Amino acid sequence: MALKIIASMCSGCSACEAECPNNAIREKGGTFIIDPAKCTECEGHFDAPQCIAVCPVDNCIKKV
Amino acid sequence: MSHTAFISIGDLRRGRPALGDAAPAGAGGCSSSGGAGKSSCGSSAGPEDMPAEIWDKVKNHPCYSEEAHHHFARMHVAVAPACNIQCHYCNRKYDCSNESRPGVVSQKLTPEQAVKKVLAVASAIPQMTVLGIAGPGDSLANPKKTFETMRLLQQHAPDIKLCLSTNGLALPDWVDEIVKYNVDHVTITINMVDPAVGEKIYPWIFHDHRRITGLEAARILHERQMLGLEMLTARGVLTKINSVLIPGVNDEHLIEVNRAVKARGAFLHNIMPLISEPEHGTFYGLTGQRGPTAQELKAVQDACAGGANLMRHCRQCRADAVGMLGEDRSDEFTLEKIEDLAVVYDLDKRRAYQQQVELQRQAQHQAKVDALAEAFDAGLADDGLKVLVAVASESQGLVNQHFGHATEFQIYEVGAGAATFVGHRRVDLYCQGGYGEDEQLPSIVQALADCHAVLVAKIGACPRDELKAAGIEPVDRYAHEFIEKAALAWFADYRERIASGAVVHQPRGDARIRQGAFTGTAAA
Ligand code: SF4
Ligand code: SF4
Ligand code: SF4
Repeated sequence: MALKIIASMCSGCSACEAECPNNAIREKGGTFIIDPAKCTECEGHFDAPQCIAVCPVDNCIKKV
Repeated sequence: MSHTAFISIGDLRRGRPALGDAAPAGAGGCSSSGGAGKSSCGSSAGPEDMPAEIWDKVKNHPCYSEEAHHHFARMHVAVAPACNIQCHYCNRKYDCSNESRPGVVSQKLTPEQAVKKVLAVASAIPQMTVLGIAGPGDSLANPKKTFETMRLLQQHAPDIKLCLSTNGLALPDWVDEIVKYNVDHVTITINMVDPAVGEKIYPWIFHDHRRITGLEAARILHERQMLGLEMLTARGVLTKINSVLIPGVNDEHLIEVNRAVKARGAFLHNIMPLISEPEHGTFYGLTGQRGPTAQELKAVQDACAGGANLMRHCRQCRADAVGMLGEDRSDEFTLEKIEDLAVVYDLDKRRAYQQQVELQRQAQHQAKVDALAEAFDAGLADDGLKVLVAVASESQGLVNQHFGHATEFQIYEVGAGAATFVGHRRVDLYCQGGYGEDEQLPSIVQALADCHAVLVAKIGACPRDELKAAGIEPVDRYAHEFIEKAALAWFADYRERIASGAVVHQPRGDARIRQGAFTGTAAA
C-alpha cells in the first residue's frame, strides 16, 4: 500500500509534494521521495493517487 | 525616522520587520496625480491616454511601460517549481518557457531565501522597483510559497511592487489573496480561446484532484482563464496576457485571443515567439515544431494593432532574472553570495535615487520630443514606403553603441513621419575582447536580414563590408542622436537617393529569431 518515486526520473518539480493528502512526500537531494509508512495510495481521500496524476513525467511513480 | 535596517535570513524567519511600523505608500517620483492628471514623464502610452491611477501603477514598471524599461529594473525569484498543467513547449527540467528561457535552470529558493535575495538586490540596484514570481512552474500551483514570499516582502520592503505570472488554471481561487497582498500586476499566459486549438497545446491539466486530458482539459483551462481575467479586471488589478506564437497551431487564432482578452479588460498583450530547440527536450522540440520567423511574429503583432496594447520589448526572461530587461545579473546574486551579504535596506535612499531617475527620464523624454518635432518638420509626402532599420543602443534612447558590442538590436519601422519601435533582435556578440569574431557575423546578418540599415555609433571596416554585401547599409553618421530622429533622417536621405536614382529600392526578406539561452549582458 505505498508508491515509490523513481529517483532517476524525477525532475524535482515538487508538484506531487503539495498534492499528497498524507504529507508523505518530501525532498531529498534535489529529487523527491515517498515515505511508505505514510502513503495510503490516497485511499479514502481521492479516486486516484494524486502524486501520479500531477507528475509531469510518465511512469516516474510506481507501485512497490 | 530612518528606514535603514540590517536583516538576516534568521530575522526573516523570526518575522522581524525591517522598517518598524512605518510602511509608507509606494514610491512617488513623477507627479502624475497632481493637477489635471497630466505629467511630463511620458511613455509611448503616457498619462494623456491613460487614467492617472493606472499610469501611477505602470510608470516605473519595466514590463508594463516601454519607456520605463530603460530606467527601472525588475527581478524574479524562483520559489514556485510545481505546475498544475503541461504545455507542449515546456520541459520543467528547464523552467517554464512562458516566462523563462529554457536551457538555464533557476536556483530554487525558499520564501525566506527569496526575500533575503530581494533585499540584497534592492540595496545594490536602487532602480529595482518590481518583484515578480514567475515560476519556474506556476506561481499559483505553489500558493503557499508565493504568498509567503509576498507577505514577508510587504513587511520588509513595502515600496517594491509585486507581480506574478500564472497559466490561469488556479487563478479564480486566488483572486482574493492577490488583492489582499496588493499585487499590482498579474500576467496570464493565454494561448487560445478555442479548446480545439488548446487541445494541440496542452496534453493535460490537473484540476479538482483529477488529471484531465483532451478537449475537456482545454475547455476547463480556457473557462478558468477567462473567469480569472474577468475577476482581476473587476477588482482593478492590471493584467498582462502572454501568448506563445506557435506557427500552424495558433498563429491566426491569436488575433481572436487579442480581441477576447481586450474585451475582458486586459491591459497589455505580449505575443512571444515559440522557443523549440530540440536540445530543450520539449514535446514541440522533439516533434520538430518550429518557432516563427521575425516577419511571421511581426505580422501577427501588426494584425493585433488596435486591439489590446501590444508589448514589444519582452525578452522572455528566466525565472530568476535580475536587473534591467535585456540584462541578466543573476550570477551576482546566487544564494551563496547573498548568504554572506550584509543587507542594508534604505528606503529613503531608494526613493531619492528613483526620483533622480524619474527626473532624468523626464528630461530625456522632453529632449526626444523636441528633437522629433524638428525631424517631422522636414515634412515628407507619404508614398507608403516603410522599411525596417536596426539600431545599436546602449541607453537613453540614443544611437550610442558600437556595432561589435551589441548583443541585441532594436528594430524600428520607418516611413514618412513615423519611426515605430517593433521589437528586439538578440544576436551573438560580434566583438569579443576588442577584436571582431568573424564567424559571428553571419548570425547577425541572419537576425537583421529584413532590415535596410543598421544605425550604430561606430563600426569596423570588416563588418561594414560584410553588411553591405548582404544588402544592409551600415550607418554611423547619426552617432549619439535620438533613435527616432536618426531613423527619420536616414529615411529622408534614403528616399532622396531613390528619387535621384542613386539606389534602387529593393524589398528585403525575412529574418531569423535567435533561439536558445541568453548569455550576454546589457553593456559589453
Ligand atoms: S499516492 Fe497519495 S498518499 Fe501516496 S504519496 Fe502519492 S499522493 Fe501521497
Ligand atoms: S511530480 Fe514527479 S517529477 Fe515532480 S517532484 Fe514529484 S515525482 Fe518528481
Ligand atoms: S504553465 Fe509553465 S511550467 Fe506549467 S507546463 Fe506550462 S509552460 Fe510549463
